[in-house]
Amino acid sequence: MTAAVTAGAVRARRAPARPGLWAAALFLGLVVLAALAPGLFTDGSAVDGDPAAALTPPGADHVFGTDANGRDVFTRIVHGARPSLLVGLGATALAVAGGTVLGLVAALGGRWLDELVMRLVDVVLSLPSLLLALVVLVVAGPGTLNSVCAVGVAAVPVYARLVRVRAMVVRGSGYVEAATALGLPRAVVVVRHVLPNVLAPLLVLATIEVGTALVAVASLGFLGFGPQPPAPEWGAMLAAGRDYTAVAWWVAVFPGLAITLTVLSITVVGRALRRRGEGRDV
Amino acid sequence: MSGPLVEVAGLSVAFDATRAVREVSFAVHPGECVAIVGESGSGKSVTARSLIGLAGEGAAVRAAALRVDGRDARAFGDRQWRAVRGARIGFVLQDALVSLDPLRPVGREIAEALRLHRTVPRTEVGARVVELLRDVGVPEPELRARQRPHELSGGLRQRALIASAIACRPALLIADEPTTALDVTVQAQILDLLAARKRDGMALLLISHDLGVVARIADRVLVMKDGRIVEEGPAERVLTRPEHPYTAMLREAADPRPARPAVRIGAPVVWARGLVKAYGARRAADDVSFELREGETLGVVGESGSGKTTLGRLVLGLLRPDEGEVLIEGRPWRDMSARERRAVRRRVQVVYQDPLGSFDPRFDVRRILEEAIAVSGLPRPARRDRAVELLEQVGLDAGLLDRRPARLSGGQRQRVAIARALATRPKVIVCDEPVSALDVSVQAQVLDLLARLRAELGLSYLFISHHLGVVRQVSDRVAVLKDGRIVEVGDVEQVFTAPRTDYTRRLLAAIPRLPEQQGGDHGTHHDGGRVRSADHG
Amino acid sequence: MKTLWRHWTSPRFRVPRAVLVRLGTSLLVLWGAVTVAFAALHLTPGSVEQALVGPNTITPQARAELVTEYGLDEPLPVQYGRLVGRMARGDLGESYQLHQPVAEALGSQLGPSLQLAGAAMALAVAASLTLALLTAGRGRLVRGLSSGIELVGVSIPTFWTAIVLLTVLSFQRGWFPAAGADGVTALVLPAVAVAVPLTALLTQLLRDSLELALDEPFVLTARARGLSDLAVRLRHALRHALLPALTLAGWMFGALVGALVVVEEIFARPGLGRLVLTAVEGKDLPVVMGAVLVTAALYVAVNIVLDLLYLVVDPRLRGAR
Repeated sequence: MTAAVTAGAVRARRAPARPGLWAAALFLGLVVLAALAPGLFTDGSAVDGDPAAALTPPGADHVFGTDANGRDVFTRIVHGARPSLLVGLGATALAVAGGTVLGLVAALGGRWLDELVMRLVDVVLSLPSLLLALVVLVVAGPGTLNSVCAVGVAAVPVYARLVRVRAMVVRGSGYVEAATALGLPRAVVVVRHVLPNVLAPLLVLATIEVGTALVAVASLGFLGFGPQPPAPEWGAMLAAGRDYTAVAWWVAVFPGLAITLTVLSITVVGRALRRRGEGRDV
Repeated sequence: MSGPLVEVAGLSVAFDATRAVREVSFAVHPGECVAIVGESGSGKSVTARSLIGLAGEGAAVRAAALRVDGRDARAFGDRQWRAVRGARIGFVLQDALVSLDPLRPVGREIAEALRLHRTVPRTEVGARVVELLRDVGVPEPELRARQRPHELSGGLRQRALIASAIACRPALLIADEPTTALDVTVQAQILDLLAARKRDGMALLLISHDLGVVARIADRVLVMKDGRIVEEGPAERVLTRPEHPYTAMLREAADPRPARPAVRIGAPVVWARGLVKAYGARRAADDVSFELREGETLGVVGESGSGKTTLGRLVLGLLRPDEGEVLIEGRPWRDMSARERRAVRRRVQVVYQDPLGSFDPRFDVRRILEEAIAVSGLPRPARRDRAVELLEQVGLDAGLLDRRPARLSGGQRQRVAIARALATRPKVIVCDEPVSALDVSVQAQVLDLLARLRAELGLSYLFISHHLGVVRQVSDRVAVLKDGRIVEVGDVEQVFTAPRTDYTRRLLAAIPRLPEQQGGDHGTHHDGGRVRSADHG
Repeated sequence: MKTLWRHWTSPRFRVPRAVLVRLGTSLLVLWGAVTVAFAALHLTPGSVEQALVGPNTITPQARAELVTEYGLDEPLPVQYGRLVGRMARGDLGESYQLHQPVAEALGSQLGPSLQLAGAAMALAVAASLTLALLTAGRGRLVRGLSSGIELVGVSIPTFWTAIVLLTVLSFQRGWFPAAGADGVTALVLPAVAVAVPLTALLTQLLRDSLELALDEPFVLTARARGLSDLAVRLRHALRHALLPALTLAGWMFGALVGALVVVEEIFARPGLGRLVLTAVEGKDLPVVMGAVLVTAALYVAVNIVLDLLYLVVDPRLRGAR
């Protein structure tokens, strides 16, 4: 009926074919496979090297070359998939779980709780997440688990805010009112309509967060606060390769490439999921 | 008389695979008002926009002839089109709240047009803006020019939008649904304003879905359906003796005849006593009392902001009144325990204006209906059968059970919403603007359905709407709401023919009137057209 | 008292009232930041005292002295109270490592960091505005290409960008200095490295919101008035597209600080980031605490500026406050 709607509908863009999406999904599949079964890709050791073959450029023997300790860079990247993905997943799980609880408490728990939680969230948000993670690591000390927790905790407020806003929107929505008007008990309405509609879009967003968290932990690893050597974590590998960039670029470049491509794939797949979710939502 | 201002022949517009406009030909001459009437998707807006070279992104426009001021516009480049837009042809859209830049004062929007086409010397722009605003009937134009659309009332900002479109004295003004977003009283004022422009010699191309609006000022009417002109002629003839069944159906929808089934009216089922509900200083309900009897339809009319929706939510027990009470079958909501309240909710159901928003987006039709059926305590195996039965009751196919509402048409969605409301076997249904978002042909079908269900099931409706014609069509009694107060209540024919208050009289006077239809033979025509026309929304 | 209250609530004092309220909440955030940092330091497993000593073995006597010197033997509430008291007086304490007042240490490093942050932001804003204005609503090829590049830009870790830039343009080509903060040339690579993800994200957001704005009816009205495409984009659509970009600024601030830490380290630039990093490595608690306070203060300042910007961009909000 409205002119504006007609124009919008006419101009709605159709989803183009997406070769990029398939490439991303394929690459992500390979990374996951490497994380589950590194043996499929390489039979070398990620930790032991041949000092005589240190800093060999990429070639037939070593596709990605070797590092300063003579370890095969390709093997280490393959073995690095598992810790890198795990830290991303772990930090995200922590952030989403914590954020969901806080956000729901704020949205459904009454005015005072809402004020309290949201002011706390405001304060934590005023601290850049890397700085907050560093503060935690000052005392907790470097390490994989600590850096995962630090990154996860630092991302909690973002999700708390998101969940709260989303919960408010859903709670005021027509379908929640319709369900109430049907005579459903409040608890049933919350469990059946509010929670799923708050969480479904959140889980999609969390996919993208895995990539962000992966980079955050890798950054900490790069700065020397993450997983400690000789663990083949990508960020730490990059940090170790940094000192040789002038003479052996491959030691730092390939782990960085692995991080970039993994994060890129996660983002592409995550956004495709989100688009699908929105299409259904409208 | 000089040649036509615009002239098109064999105009076709396509977007990718969809053909929005097919082989349309017409002309607009100086000083005349041509109206294009049609429902959404009829191609009327795209046709109008093609005349200023703005058919839209990705539009493939073909025409045997497309002339503006006698010049071949098919060869126009961007620069030539821009010289036409605003200067020779003005353009007005429906809601000025979004059709004027919401971040800029309205005066600057008007001045933009003046500066662009160098209509007046730079130093006189400010004065001219004020003059223009005064011309379109905006009081205190100096003040208003500095305000932004959201600071103006709906009528004032629509006037400002028109002022910006006519600032450079175009020979033709295209108005695309210029009054659709407005209350009836304001709509009448805007139509008067447009008519005044016409008297000054400006040609008008009016685009509307509402024949009633068009009847007021159009000289000629074109009726569009699915991209084609199905009927055209002098307004008088098209409106009084429609030849095409589609036109007849549109005419019927613009001026519906009462469709009140003969039912037995029983004891009161809803009783509202002295309801007050305030939001800050504004009273959305102010000492409202009424009763709704068994089998009866009580219409509630009012303009936007009159408190209609609040009233509905109070009756549904979703809002607690500040004062007064609502009794359902003799028992006030307030005295019920949570459990009792849930049981009573089944007896009082609701159908909203926006059915899509009232469905959980994750649910398909089956889950939507089965959830409602489960409330009435039916065991799981029987629910599916009941869902199919409900769909049949509202005239839908069981094949829709696995669809999500987002993939249904507007009419189908509203039918599903009605089916859900019926699932708990209610006595009362609160209908809150149930057809306002629908095209007129679909509107007629949904109203027919509501009337049939009422007769079959003995339902009572509290029918809330801003559309007086629709309310008159379905109601036994009607209450007129203004600023949260009921200013008049009574038998529907009595209120509509012999209103007792000034406000009601003004409201009724503002309804666009159609000339009486002539020739009984067309009556059968349009009835057939209505039954046949597909449910697309 | 009563007249005071009347003045306070009168419309004439709307602006000063808003400023005072704003100041109050700002102080609250600062206090909160100190509290959160304090809690993080003391609730995290591992004792502050051990962190202070580090891997060195020292005599019990020296340890006891250390504990007394920094007041670590007192109950936590007392330590906390003392900390807040000091901070409120503007006394950030003395660095364990540098043996100079924290305020002084931070102050000397603030300049280079702000310089880098400013350059990176300017670069990001200019680049993303240009890109978004040029690509919004264009053909599929242009949009696909630019959104592909943006995706890479968002995904690429800053430390890797920095290393690649350093390797190629400094070590191999020798076009830019590899370290330090002398002159404009030394600023180029770090600023680019910091700006890449910001630009990518801003461009995405700006283009999406520009496209939304370009679909609005008022844009059609403006075109129907005879306005050219560029004028429509600049005069009407852009302003609407800026609003969502402003909401992202808080996030951008965090990303900026994070990137500064990494990039300053890689390019061996003086600055807050490196100071913090050294402090974290050396368990220099007062410096870490001071950095937290300074960042929170900057965040508060950025937010105040943003609030003002909102009012400039969207006058509709002026009445609402």
